[in-house]
Amino acid sequence: MNFTLKVWRQNDGDSKGHIEEYPAENIPIEASFLEMLDIVNEKIIGDGGSPIHFDHDCREGICGMCSLTINGVPHGRENGTTTCQLHMRHFDDGDTIWIEPFRAGAFPVIRDLVVDRSAFDRIIAAGGYVSVRTGAAPDANAIPITKEDADHAFDSATCIGCGACVAACKNSSAMLFVSAKASHLNHLPQGAPEKDRRALNMVQAMDEAGFGNCSNHYECEAVCPKSISADNVAKLNRDYAAAAVRKALA
Amino acid sequence: MNALTRAVLSFWDSSIGKKILVAGTGIALLLFLPGHLIGNLLLFAGKDAINEYALWLHNAGHGGLVWVARIGLLTVLVVHVLLTVQLTVRNRAVAQKYSYPATNRASRSSRMMIWSGLTILAFIIYHISHFTVRIGNDYNGTAYLTSLPGHEGDVHNVHKMIIDGFSHTGNTVFYMVAITILCSHLSHGFASVFQTLGLRSRKSDLLIARAGWAYALLIWVGFLSIPVAVLFFGYGRT
Repeated sequence: MNFTLKVWRQNDGDSKGHIEEYPAENIPIEASFLEMLDIVNEKIIGDGGSPIHFDHDCREGICGMCSLTINGVPHGRENGTTTCQLHMRHFDDGDTIWIEPFRAGAFPVIRDLVVDRSAFDRIIAAGGYVSVRTGAAPDANAIPITKEDADHAFDSATCIGCGACVAACKNSSAMLFVSAKASHLNHLPQGAPEKDRRALNMVQAMDEAGFGNCSNHYECEAVCPKSISADNVAKLNRDYAAAAVRKALA
Repeated sequence: MNALTRAVLSFWDSSIGKKILVAGTGIALLLFLPGHLIGNLLLFAGKDAINEYALWLHNAGHGGLVWVARIGLLTVLVVHVLLTVQLTVRNRAVAQKYSYPATNRASRSSRMMIWSGLTILAFIIYHISHFTVRIGNDYNGTAYLTSLPGHEGDVHNVHKMIIDGFSHTGNTVFYMVAITILCSHLSHGFASVFQTLGLRSRKSDLLIARAGWAYALLIWVGFLSIPVAVLFFGYGRT
């Protein structure tokens, strides 16, 4: 298969980026999107150029490291798929493909398609955990949890923190990520003691990190490779309001 | 600064706090519209019905109720507009544009909320100048006084004011366009209230979205029925 790539190139965070065109020739139909970029990079390196920088790690769709906004859609048009699990058979031979970084003020470009997503780490550090004593693992069934709560918590916990929700949002809002991480723990008895503090602190960290505000467009839900539901956002709004009232009255 | 003040200020400063206030003020405005519409529809019940209703509105609570409502609505509107403008300015500052932009799910109405909202604000200013303060017309003149059965002295002829107001094509077309934009705003705003207040779930999603469209459609048909009846069907003009 042959494609024309329009790729964002940027030397570093301080320099101005631009779109550059590359041919992607003789790409096997079974190649993944990242393998296609590997082939293009080999050609660029062979010609003495600087390869296109992009993030990747597991290439199994579970680590949240790969990114790329493909034809305007984070992780591409296939539903519930990370870029590494997107395959070239989903494109037509001869297609022109636009590849840009996950764009958001809170995700500064490091180089080309690589962005700094450490703002997510700061949000997790603000409350995306439960404080427990270390030691022997507790008995699995010591705390009863209903199947419904366990399922809800697990659905939220499948968020891999890739940042596609932010990249798709017209406001660069991180609400889907933050709400998934907060809901995961707020649904469970282990997370209950720190529920209010978690909601208030994670939202404060989100605002301080430079993300925008949710406008209920649901673009985040549409592109999420793990199909995280925007129900989490509603739950975080509710948890935040309750926490703010309790804090004001405390 | 005490703990309560600190909590209120941090709520006001936070993204979710601001949105909850936008939703709360939105609910007040969503409740106001059907009330306003029902009053307007009294036009179809005849001249005396709407004039009597207007008189009651102005005299209720010894003339105080209408001012309580006006100040309340103005406060709600100012908070709603101020916060949405603040939120939009912040969003524009932190978001970045793609060379190849794409939209996956966001409705057209949802993407133009700030513009539909500011257009509605301009319309509200015009509408109040037109029918409440009555600037640039003679609706405050003696030609707009009339008698009302069971009432001593003359009362304001709201019926004639509405008919004359909607007999002007330019005014009426602007009114109809503004009401259409308002309903686009409502179609997204109604459902957004539920999401922002945490009352929406995947189970109720479709029901809330449909209720939002139904509400917007009802408001659109209701408010447009009057200018359409007057301008296009000559209601009350003969």
